[in-house]
Amino acid sequence: MNGYWSDIFTGSKSLVTGLLITAREFFKPVVTEQYPYEVPTMTPLFRGHIELIGNEETGQPNCVVCGLCQRACPSICISLEGKKAEGEGAKGKVLTSYVLDFTKCSLCGSCVESCNFNALRFSKEYNLASFDKNDFIMDLLKRVEDQNRCKH
Amino acid sequence: MTVPISLRHDETFVLNLGPQHPATHGVLRVILTLDGEYVVKAEPVLGYVHRMHEKLAEGGTFAQFMPNTARMDYLHALAFNHGWALVVEKAAGIEVPERAEYIRVITVELNRIASHLLWWAAFLLDLGGFTPLLYAFDDREKIIDLLERVTGSRLTYCYMRFGGVYNDIDDEFIAGTRDFIKRLRSRMPRFYHDLVTHNIILIKRIKDIGIITPEQCRRYGATGPVARGSGISYDIRKNEPYSVYPEFDFDIPVFDECDSMARYMVRMHEMEQSLRIIEQALDKLPDGPVMGKAPKVLKPEAGYYYSAVETARGSLGHRLVCDGGKNPYKVKLRSPTFSNLSLYGEVAEGMMLADALAFMGSLDLVIPEIDR
Repeated sequence: MNGYWSDIFTGSKSLVTGLLITAREFFKPVVTEQYPYEVPTMTPLFRGHIELIGNEETGQPNCVVCGLCQRACPSICISLEGKKAEGEGAKGKVLTSYVLDFTKCSLCGSCVESCNFNALRFSKEYNLASFDKNDFIMDLLKRVEDQNRCKH
Repeated sequence: MTVPISLRHDETFVLNLGPQHPATHGVLRVILTLDGEYVVKAEPVLGYVHRMHEKLAEGGTFAQFMPNTARMDYLHALAFNHGWALVVEKAAGIEVPERAEYIRVITVELNRIASHLLWWAAFLLDLGGFTPLLYAFDDREKIIDLLERVTGSRLTYCYMRFGGVYNDIDDEFIAGTRDFIKRLRSRMPRFYHDLVTHNIILIKRIKDIGIITPEQCRRYGATGPVARGSGISYDIRKNEPYSVYPEFDFDIPVFDECDSMARYMVRMHEMEQSLRIIEQALDKLPDGPVMGKAPKVLKPEAGYYYSAVETARGSLGHRLVCDGGKNPYKVKLRSPTFSNLSLYGEVAEGMMLADALAFMGSLDLVIPEIDR
């Protein structure tokens, strides 16, 4: 019988303690981020999908088609092609296509780290939901051209 | 004449718990043979999220396996990063700068607290309490924001590199971490202990439930809070120190009760010990580079290598076989939760169904790490 009454006593004590804590919290401001009314603040290191960096003067990608990013990628999601540069005094290669298969990408950053020519960076895109798989097979060369058009 | 129901003691039925069940935290299937409410036999079935990570390691270079490590134990991903970095550094003989070691310890311990907070939240959710989850996630969110600042990701980190870390920590991270230590310490007594630990419902649900004897722990190779809740003082950070752990003053919480409550208390105390480690590491943080000298293409000498780290769930061993090439010849992981789950069948025998689920929660299972 002793245990019975002490159980009721301790039980009601924990109940009141718990209710007091939650009741006090009830009147505090909400801590949840109110997306989409509030936009999240991005850290400088935020990893969106990768994008090519355009040259500041010409707007052409800095990429020299060395293929290091392709080899560094653990998920084989980068495919790029280039051709020999044309015109007088031109040397090296020019990028003709750079396709990222974002469905396979795990955002590990190996490609960006492996790049020695300042040609790749992470974008700040995060609104990426889609019903179509093809939306995630991204033509990054077209993306850099679009960015150039927006600039001018 | 029919036998009255009360006399039919030999009749059992089979209940399929999972593979999709909120209490199994992932795709674990448990075939339960029940006699009324009592468990006669419990048989865990694995393999639903097997992705052959160990085999995948053989197909790529050493660095290419780093993102995979985080996808095994997604709750304590940095410890898996750390384990892989350690074994490869051992194989290739790479030196790590001291600052990088300190940063590794700080981030791994922050991640350990986040893992314990999530366990705490999910465990209480299993027991039917929803409110604690919101308080724990509030605190966990602070850690994730801090780690996102330095690692670039929120959950599946790829932060460690052979010979250092990916990115240096800045003053804002250090200030934020100090704030977080203060915040968690001030919230711990009220939101964690007053609200939950001393709550009579929790005590009645988990005290003296799920007794794992030290002998069982040894037989199944259980480690981490499961072993420490059974009175076995074993923690890789103390017993086989790695990185800069010997330089810090911290305790290994051990409880002798062997029940679910003991495992609960071990994890609650471990959070405080992790905070102590982080505090000391921030005070002692040396200057210098965060990346040592490491060759671009790693070709460790042929041989067998092993190293172990302590994750939030127990000891994690990496065994690496090299043949002198630039890919690992073979990788084998000794993951803690596999051993911890193995004893489930034996211990759950004779329990009531609701207790068996509470006991399963107290083991802190992460299924992708078991299946890999």
